[in-house]
Amino acid sequence: MSADRVMETLSIAGVALRLGRAGTGPPVLVLHHDIGAPSRMSFHDALASHFTVLAPSHPGYDGSERPEWLRNPRDIAVVYQRLLAALNLGTVSVVGLGFGGWIAAEMATMAPQTIRRLVLVGAMGIKPERGEIADQALLSYLDYARRGFAARSAFDDLFGADPPTSQLEQWDLNREMTFRIAWKPYMYNPTLPHLLGGLSTPSLIVWGRDDRIVPLECGERYAKSLARARLEVVEGAGHFVDMEKPQELAHLVTGFLNET
Amino acid sequence: MHLMYFTEQPMSAYPADEGRKFGATALMFSNRFFDPVAGSRLYNEYIEHYRLAEDVGFDGIMLNEHHNAPFCMQAKCNVFASILAATTKRVKIVLLGNPLPLSDNPVRLAEELAMIDMVSRGRLVSGFVRGGGQEQLATGVNPAFNRERFEEAHELIVKAWTEAGPFRWEGTHYQHRVVNPWAVPLQKPHPRVWIPGVLSKETIIWAARKRYPYIALSTAIDATKKIWELYDQVATETGYAGGPEYRGYLQRCHVADTDERAMENARQFMWMQGEFTGLAHPVWSSPSGYFSPSYRSAFVEFAVGRRPNPRGAAFEDQIRDQQIIAGTPKTVIPKLRRLLEETRPSIVGFWGSDGFVKNEDTRRCIKLLGEEVLPAVREMGKELGLWSPFEANAPVSHAFQEPALPAGVA
Repeated sequence: MSADRVMETLSIAGVALRLGRAGTGPPVLVLHHDIGAPSRMSFHDALASHFTVLAPSHPGYDGSERPEWLRNPRDIAVVYQRLLAALNLGTVSVVGLGFGGWIAAEMATMAPQTIRRLVLVGAMGIKPERGEIADQALLSYLDYARRGFAARSAFDDLFGADPPTSQLEQWDLNREMTFRIAWKPYMYNPTLPHLLGGLSTPSLIVWGRDDRIVPLECGERYAKSLARARLEVVEGAGHFVDMEKPQELAHLVTGFLNET
Repeated sequence: MHLMYFTEQPMSAYPADEGRKFGATALMFSNRFFDPVAGSRLYNEYIEHYRLAEDVGFDGIMLNEHHNAPFCMQAKCNVFASILAATTKRVKIVLLGNPLPLSDNPVRLAEELAMIDMVSRGRLVSGFVRGGGQEQLATGVNPAFNRERFEEAHELIVKAWTEAGPFRWEGTHYQHRVVNPWAVPLQKPHPRVWIPGVLSKETIIWAARKRYPYIALSTAIDATKKIWELYDQVATETGYAGGPEYRGYLQRCHVADTDERAMENARQFMWMQGEFTGLAHPVWSSPSGYFSPSYRSAFVEFAVGRRPNPRGAAFEDQIRDQQIIAGTPKTVIPKLRRLLEETRPSIVGFWGSDGFVKNEDTRRCIKLLGEEVLPAVREMGKELGLWSPFEANAPVSHAFQEPALPAGVA
């Protein structure tokens, strides 16, 4: 069942931010991957049957305006803290997907009291010591997006075997913004593990067993850095756990957010 | 006219089958296939070719820079410019050019170029480029800020050259607390700047606004005419008249004793094109943020293999369009005349050979060019009124409207 979604544009820190809102219940902010978010997502819909799902487009991605001045994911985290203040919903849980997970982690370091619970799914932001984060600068849009799935069929179901040029262009625009703000060090903040230390925000770290973009090792490091965190691994899922195993992820997240 | 000699300095001694197996020969093709024994031999052959070019009468030597690829061994044009500064006497040393965004320290570049200018006794032409897409990846610099870095680095270098230090620079991409290099250019107000490019409108417009000559790199004649239309239009808007002294052209031109031999050798120009624009992984040559937004849809399709490279064309087409000229002097001269009549450049670079052309054939090509082709081209140039920036005493730039003269000369 698809939840009805309301789209609006808000001005936050001078940036025209596109925000989708669906469902009823406690508010959950869902932060999308670096490739952007397809317009309908069954993960969001599943969450929306228990929560009010707030899904913005990051500044410079998809439908949100690109601010020329924005220079790193921490800047986006600040914008989102401002968004939460503007929405005035009390404490909000944050679910960060991949690159969105890095932003979510940064948000938690800034103003932990605004975040009720934190979920990081295949999150960038911490440097792996043994492996490497797959570099989208060296991969085509198709290869990078396909690499995020354990099964090729999961990609095809969502994007089609031959995505149209308009999709490629949007991936390129999103990728350009990613380069602007996360070029080097690539996809991690060396200070983040230190800033996460001592955070008592209850946290769930979820990783796809077959994540070929961000190594599972990073999930382990996140779980170690946060004081109240546990790691869950989803079998048969790659980096885009929300897109490949939406029901499993929704179940895990719903259960975690409903814990007292 | 100003007639220059050019070579990509091809690293022709690498296992081509390994390149084909890997599927690309740029950026990620392992340098374990780079044989420094062959590299050493080739570099020294290229130095001899440059000496020969000066001896047979070329006005200038054109140098470029690329990274991580067999098609070009010039990983640092300032290195070869330094070599030429000391080992040649007369030719201009024309850098086309230093890829500004690849440097994290433009002041260091200004310093090196000033040294080259002084050692060469004022023979430097200091061209600047944005650097190819894969160069950004090879050097680790951000392609999304390529244009901004280019413009800021250019501004800083010209300032370092023309304003006495010490001064501070707090820019967007470069920050220097002390700009005060103890190396300043011999030529005043500063060495000439020429801007090479292909079809990027933004670069043509930028060059014309600065009043820097633009060097069209082997574009087809029709496309070249459009470049000059745009340049001249912007020149008029900026307050001067465009014309031959602002126009340069890089011509692939192989000359041999027979047309057959020349054609055979000219096929080697495709060696690099296959590797650079075709066999090169399209993703690495066009990273996001690097190409003009107006080309986005063409490049994203190229990046996933849906479209051939917007820049490529077959050998026969290039012969027909004169992007490649090959033959005896008698054969090539009329074709060069057509180039001069139709597009009216005063600066012409002769790109003699590429790929696996034998050393003795390259030397023969340089000799024939110097002894038979250049004199004919000079005559045509005089007849057509194609005066180079040097002959025309053209201003160095829109900002500095004097010609470039050695310090102390009135």
